[in-house]
Amino acid sequence: MLAFIVRRLGTMALTMLCLTLVVFFMVNLEPNLRKLSISQLDMRSSDAHIESWLQRNGYRDNFFVRYGRWLGVVEKQPNFNAEGQPVPRFSYCNEPAEPHYGGILQGDFGCSTKFKTTVAAKLFPALRATGILMFWVMVVMVPISLLIGILAGMREGSRTDRSLSVASITTTATPEYVSGVIFTVIFASWLGWLNGSAASATGPGGITFYNFTLPVMTMAIYGIGYIARMTRASMVEVMTQQYIRTARLKGLSFSAVVVKHALRNALIAPFTVIMLQFPWLLTGVVIVEVMFRYQGFGYTLVEAAGNNDIDLLLGCSLVSVAVVLSTQLISDVGYAYLNPRIRVQ
Amino acid sequence: MQLEYVGAFQIVLGVLFRFWPVWLSLAVVLTLSITYKKRLGLYGQLFDTGVGVAGVVICLFWLFTAIFSGTVAPFDPLVQNVVMKDALPGAMTPDGGVYLFGGDRLARDIFSRMVFGSQIVLIIAPAATAFALMVGITLGLPAGYFGGRIDSVLSFLANLVLAFPVILLFYLLVTPGIMDTPIPYALAGVFFLFPIVFFCVLFYTRFRNRTDRLYPQLAITLVLGLWIYVGLVFDADPLGIISIRPNELNIFVAVVFASSPGVFRIVRGLVMDIKTRDYVAAAQTRGETPWYIMLWEILPNARGPLIVDACLRIGYTTILLGTLGYFGLGLAPESPDWGTAIKDSSRLLRAFIHPALPPVIALMSFVLGLNLLADALREQSLKD
Repeated sequence: MLAFIVRRLGTMALTMLCLTLVVFFMVNLEPNLRKLSISQLDMRSSDAHIESWLQRNGYRDNFFVRYGRWLGVVEKQPNFNAEGQPVPRFSYCNEPAEPHYGGILQGDFGCSTKFKTTVAAKLFPALRATGILMFWVMVVMVPISLLIGILAGMREGSRTDRSLSVASITTTATPEYVSGVIFTVIFASWLGWLNGSAASATGPGGITFYNFTLPVMTMAIYGIGYIARMTRASMVEVMTQQYIRTARLKGLSFSAVVVKHALRNALIAPFTVIMLQFPWLLTGVVIVEVMFRYQGFGYTLVEAAGNNDIDLLLGCSLVSVAVVLSTQLISDVGYAYLNPRIRVQ
Repeated sequence: MQLEYVGAFQIVLGVLFRFWPVWLSLAVVLTLSITYKKRLGLYGQLFDTGVGVAGVVICLFWLFTAIFSGTVAPFDPLVQNVVMKDALPGAMTPDGGVYLFGGDRLARDIFSRMVFGSQIVLIIAPAATAFALMVGITLGLPAGYFGGRIDSVLSFLANLVLAFPVILLFYLLVTPGIMDTPIPYALAGVFFLFPIVFFCVLFYTRFRNRTDRLYPQLAITLVLGLWIYVGLVFDADPLGIISIRPNELNIFVAVVFASSPGVFRIVRGLVMDIKTRDYVAAAQTRGETPWYIMLWEILPNARGPLIVDACLRIGYTTILLGTLGYFGLGLAPESPDWGTAIKDSSRLLRAFIHPALPPVIALMSFVLGLNLLADALREQSLKD
C-alpha cells in the first residue's frame, strides 16, 4: 500500500511538472506576451517600446531558463534601471534586488501583474473563499443525491424509481450557467427571496443565507443527478445479492434490510464518484463565481487568464491540478480501504 | 414610439405555426419509424419506452429546426431593428412582423436567434464528437489490447489532459491571440488525420487478400479524406466547398482535444474486458493480425456502450460549447449560439428576464433529449 502511494505521488509530481510546462509554454506565446505588455504599459505603445519592455523584464530570456526560475532551480535576476543599479523586477512584491532562488520549490509563487501583489496574497484568500463555497455545496449535494439514489434503487422499476431517474437525468442536462439563470429568474427577479449576486459574501457582511443560497444551489444541482444515478446503479446491484435475499428470507422487514444490510455496501461506489466530482466542481466554480460575482478561485482564474497574468495563472493551474490528482489518489486509496476485496498493487 | 403587442395566446400560436416544417417532418419520420419499427433494430426498439420516444422526439425536433432554420426564423438573427430594443415578447415591428420572444439588448429578434443558434450547435457538437470518437478509438484500441508501454504512455497523456480543468484548457487554447500561432492548425492537422488512418487500417485489415475490393475502398477513403483534410486544416479546398473560419476551427480543435481522452479511457476499458473473450482467442489462434482483431472482432462488440457514450458526449459537447459562449471565447460576439446569448442576457437579468429564457430552455431541452436517448439506448442494450 505504501509503495503504491509513493508511486502515485511520483506520477503526480511528473504530471504537475508536465502540465505547468505546457501552461508556461502557452502563456509565453508571442500574442500572449504582447497582451501582457500592453496591459502593463498602455494601449498605444509602439512595437519598439513593447519589445524593450519585454527585453528589460526578462521575457526574452531562454524559455527553459525562465521556467527554471519559476520552478526555483535557476536564480532569478533583478532588473537594471537606467543608471545600471539593480532594482527588483516588480516593485510591488518585495523581491530582493540581488540574484536569488525564488520559485515554487522555495514556496514563492511569484508576482501577479494584474493585481499588483504577490500571487500568494491573492491566491490563498481566494482559495479560502472557494473552499467555503465547496463545503456548502458538498453539504447540500451529497446527502440529497445519496437519498435520491437510495430511494430510487431500493425498488428497481417502481414508480418512485422512474420519476427520480428522470429527475436526475434532467439535472445532469442543466449546466451551471443554465440553472443559474433559471434560479436567478425564479428566486431573485420573480419571487425576490434571494440575492442574485454573491459579491457581498466576501465583503464585510460575510456569508448570509440571502446572498449565498443561489450559488450553492446552482453548483449542487448539476452534480446531484450524476451522483444519484451512480448511487442508484450501485444500490440496484446490491439489492440483487444473495445476502439481501437471505436477510429477507429470515424475516427482516424491508426497511431493516435496506438500512442494515444494503446501505453500507451500496455506498462504496458513490464514494469514488463523489471524490471524482471535484474536478467537475472546479469548472463549476469558475462559472458560478463569475455569474454571481463571488471573489474566489474561479474568479481569480478568469481574471488571470483574461489578462495573461503569467505567475498567477501558473499558480492557479498548479492548485487545480493538485486538487484533481489528490482527489484521484484519495478515491483510489479510500476505495481499497472501504472494499476489502480490492487490493492495490 | 409606443410598441403594439399581440396577446399571449397569439404568441403561442405564432411559435407553433413558425415551426410548421419541423412538425411536418417530425410527423413523417415518426409515422415511418413506428410503421417499420420491427425492421429498424435498435432504433425501432427505442419506441417501446416513454423515455426513448421523448428522447427521439426532442433530438429530431432540434435536428429539423437546425435544418429548416431559414424557414422557421422570421428575421435575420444579426439584423438590428432599433425600435425593438429590449422589446417584450409579442412586440410588433413597424412593418407588421412580430418579435415572438421579444428583442434583446441590441434589438435583434430573440426567437430567430434561438432558431439559428441550433444550427451552430448541431453542426459543431456532433462533428466534434465524431472526431473525438475517432481519436479515442484509434488510440484506445492498441492501449487496451497491447497494454505495456504503449498503454502507460497513452494513459499518462490522457490523464494529463483530464487533469486540466476544462475551463483553463479553453482559456489557453481558444484565446484570440492563438489563431496567429500555428498551434490550432497543428492540432487540427493531427486530429483530422485520425479518421483517415482509422478507415485505411479498417479496410486494409479486412480486405488485405482481396485487392479488387481493397483498392477502390482505399482510394475513396484517401481522396475523400484528404479533400476534407485540406479543406479543414489549410482552408485550401480546391473546389471551394469545404471551408471553416479560423475561430470555428479553433473551437472545434479545443472541444475535440478536451473530450477525446474520455473516449480513450472508455475504449481502453472496454477492450481490456473484451479481449479475454473466447472469440478473440479463436481469432488469435487463426493467426489474425492484432489490428484485424481490434477493428473487426473487438470494436463491433464494444458498440453498445460506445453508442450510449456518443449520445451523452454530444450533450456534453453542447454544454462545453455553451461554456465557451458563456465566457465569450472563440465564437464571434454577435454569433447567435445559445451560450453567447445566455452570457449577454444573464448580465441584464435584473432588468429583463425574457432574453435569457429561450436560449436557456433550448440548450437544456436539447441536452435533456440526448440524455434521455442515451438512457433508453442503455436500457435496450442491457436487455439483449
